Amino acid sequence: MSEFSVVGKRLPKVNVWGHLTGTARYADDIQLPRMLYGRLLRSPHAHARIKRIDASRALAHDGVVAVCTGADMPERMGIMPSTQDEYALAVDKVRYIGDPVAAVAAVDEDTAYDALSLIDVEYEPLEPILTIEEALTREDVRIHEDSGRPANVFKDVHLEFGDVEGGFQTAHKVYDNWYFFEGTTHAPMETHSAVASYDGDGKLTLWTSTQVPHYLHRELEKVLGIPRSRIRVIATPNGGGFGGKSDPFSHEFAACLLSMRTKRPVKFTLDREEVFYAHRGRHPVLMHLRTGVSADGDITAVHFQSYLDGGAYASYGIATTYYTGALMTVTYKLPAYKFDGVRVYTNKPACGPKRGHGTTQPRFAFECQLDQIAEDLGLDPIAYRERILQPANSRTVNGLRITSMGLGQCLEEVKRSTRFPEKHGQLPRGKGIGVAGSAYISGAGLPIYWNEMPHSGASVKVDRGGGVTVYCGTSEIGQGSDNVLAVVAAEQLGVLTEDVHVVSGDTSLAPVDLGSYSSRVTFMAGNAVRQAAGRLRTLVVEAAAAKLGVPADRIALAQRRVYDLADPAKGMTFAEAAVLAESKNGTLVSVGSYKPPKDISGDYKGSGVGPTAAYSYQAAVAEVSVDLETGIVTVERITEAHDCGRALNPPAVEGQIEGAAYMGYGEAIAEEQVFRGGLHKKPSLLEYKLPTSMDTPEMKAIIVETIDPEGPFGAKEAGEGPLNPVIPAIANAVYDAIGVRFDETPITPAKVLDALQKNRSRVGPEGLSSQRDPKAAMRRLHATTDAREKKKVMS
Amino acid sequence: MAKTLLTLRVNGERQTVAAEPHHTLLEVLREDLGLTGTKHGCELGECGACTVLVDGVPVLSCLTLPSEIGDAEVTTVEGLAKGPELHPLQTAFAEEAAAQCGYCTPGMLLSAKSLLDRTTAPTREEMAEAIAGNLCRCTGYTAIYEAIDKAAERMRETERMGGTQPAAVRS
Ligand code: FES
Ligand code: FES
Repeated sequence: MSEFSVVGKRLPKVNVWGHLTGTARYADDIQLPRMLYGRLLRSPHAHARIKRIDASRALAHDGVVAVCTGADMPERMGIMPSTQDEYALAVDKVRYIGDPVAAVAAVDEDTAYDALSLIDVEYEPLEPILTIEEALTREDVRIHEDSGRPANVFKDVHLEFGDVEGGFQTAHKVYDNWYFFEGTTHAPMETHSAVASYDGDGKLTLWTSTQVPHYLHRELEKVLGIPRSRIRVIATPNGGGFGGKSDPFSHEFAACLLSMRTKRPVKFTLDREEVFYAHRGRHPVLMHLRTGVSADGDITAVHFQSYLDGGAYASYGIATTYYTGALMTVTYKLPAYKFDGVRVYTNKPACGPKRGHGTTQPRFAFECQLDQIAEDLGLDPIAYRERILQPANSRTVNGLRITSMGLGQCLEEVKRSTRFPEKHGQLPRGKGIGVAGSAYISGAGLPIYWNEMPHSGASVKVDRGGGVTVYCGTSEIGQGSDNVLAVVAAEQLGVLTEDVHVVSGDTSLAPVDLGSYSSRVTFMAGNAVRQAAGRLRTLVVEAAAAKLGVPADRIALAQRRVYDLADPAKGMTFAEAAVLAESKNGTLVSVGSYKPPKDISGDYKGSGVGPTAAYSYQAAVAEVSVDLETGIVTVERITEAHDCGRALNPPAVEGQIEGAAYMGYGEAIAEEQVFRGGLHKKPSLLEYKLPTSMDTPEMKAIIVETIDPEGPFGAKEAGEGPLNPVIPAIANAVYDAIGVRFDETPITPAKVLDALQKNRSRVGPEGLSSQRDPKAAMRRLHATTDAREKKKVMS
Repeated sequence: MAKTLLTLRVNGERQTVAAEPHHTLLEVLREDLGLTGTKHGCELGECGACTVLVDGVPVLSCLTLPSEIGDAEVTTVEGLAKGPELHPLQTAFAEEAAAQCGYCTPGMLLSAKSLLDRTTAPTREEMAEAIAGNLCRCTGYTAIYEAIDKAAERMRETERMGGTQPAAVRS
């Protein structure tokens, strides 16, 4: 029998009933008296100077109540305090098609929409920068004139650990490949939405679909110029986030300002096309990976270069850039490692964090290259990986602390489940199987603004009826964070999860938690709640022990009972014990907090990105069939094992594995966030090919438990890591099927067919072409505009 | 535009509301009837989040004008449970963790209900087809199939026992 009464049980999530009965209240479901409706006016230019904005015609329009523009909120903002390069609404310049320039509040949505066309904006179009190469070389066109770096470079980082030169010299063979990972977007089913209400007492409340209520709170203070003490941010249940709701957004500021101006509540709900432009999704990354290996396959050195296409603004870009390099070292033994990362600005929607944040792209490159190395060595790709595993309880060459490490078990599980060695290299042409491993963080080791405070705080209250309330600033984005907190509190106090009420995402009611990003909630907020509930547990145990006349260490709590372990019949209900404890100690409220330990990284500039208190590990096997006539890749099955430390709620962990595998599958096969002259090519759910139920492969999720020494009840993350191995596993399976290495994503039928027809053994980038014609972008833009015009004339 | 009076049968009740004549069934349900359980992810007929049943048939409410449906019976997620008794799909979705963010869930439940109203022994293929128009970004659909399977099994059980539903797990 399990030592736990709630942890590890297959229980429904505490907050699921609202989802199933239609009573969950998302931001767009909120309707307040006298509420106005807002819309954003967005730039039709990829790059232009704003010469003049005149909103007087819009203001005069019947039903329009207020209009605001960039000039009304001239304060710079952005999620990372060190790289703030955005405005709530564009000031002076627009930098991508879709960049918000003005906002309208009107009596209804139709009126607000109509009024947009009455705002007169005069632009001076500038040449857009649309590719990594142009961004790197065009000194004459600067997207951010004051960036302080050459051309359109946003950030470049260079790190070196161990004897890289020596490593390459002793290598038996050096693998040298270029890879390209296409940009993709999150496409949560719920579009962003926010409702602001500025009340008579001078207090502002913002209900919003955000993953980061605390960070947003800080930015609102900065931009709106009112003290944070008068602002309350409430993160509504997010209808999916995946990283796409982790930045402060224009519509959130506009809703607040317009509500302050009109003294009426204002709601903004983005439409689907706007969400494609709001983006903040996966960076397109061009990568150069050199790996030295000894005769028996040990890695002697790695040099990895990444070029990130960041889009128009910083977003989390500094972290993303470092992340493309940081986690390369935590899976397999790397004695020497060099990393050069460059992120550039381009005139496209800003990229940011998407599930796997910055680690997905290099993982694709690395695992594809390892597949090639294993093949050359004549080794089974699983056996090869098992041979070079980074050990548990170790330090990586770049100073990262590894504790629990279950990649070996994950590989073993997927091998057994799929009978991989019997199939790999032995299936008929057109059928293939591939594997990959990966890792992810259980929360970033550092917050995004420098401070010594906890990353996560929680308070727990026990009421006189035995009910428990948990208060924590986490944001429920569908990953099940409310339930995780309820499970931890219920286990500590010996009650059932349905006795636990969770108040999350409210900056006024709950202690600060940094938010639902970097897969930090289970580990960090879980530990904070564990500590807070543990303190109350002690009081309840002491009171019950005194009453029962037994020593405190003989008291157990489970199933709403507090009892003597030696004589389980002797005891009382949890509610009775709580009353005793409150009588003795006063009100039963406690606090807990969590901050990652200090000694988890090296000590160098840039060492702040990559460390975490615990890494999750995962391995995936993909089985595919490739139609040689049509080029269509069908992924038949994905089998994935994930080391989550301990599964606090197994169905939720399986759900994260399956959902991540599904998302990775979409990125591998079809999804691409691509542009023509700065205009999104497919900004709708129909054109941007999200996998439907008919496309999605059969999936098998396997939970591996390594019981992490520092996680709450041993738990680590489950939300992001499982996406990472799926994409290279599919690419490796395609190679097994048709002998073509796909060193770029997505693997579309057109590319497959082209490779088969031309008898290519590889599809991928050749490198960075610095000789690109610098005027090409402008010519392309004109050409497409001309073509569009011509089409219009003809039709 | 002037509002006009409109009568709809929703979840077993006849409702008369004043609504803009060009507003969709989605807008009327959410804004005029306060039935915000019905969601929207595109309002272009591409995501299925707005699925409701019209006389038992799944319909995209974002593409439907109330005037098109006349006296037909509209079922939304709010009408799935019979009083305090949850529909077997709701219980199974909870047990199998088939709702993560829950945003696709109302539409998903209704598409699944329409399938189970036709057959209580659906194959995986039939399930996949039934929810092909309902995008879910969270689950990868696997848990949804498991939930539909489980609900179907319980409904078969109920049929065998002559109509009484097994008790819901919710305590
Ligand atoms: S809202 Fe997307 S199909 Fe109706
Ligand atoms: S549960 Fe989130 S979209 Fe389906």
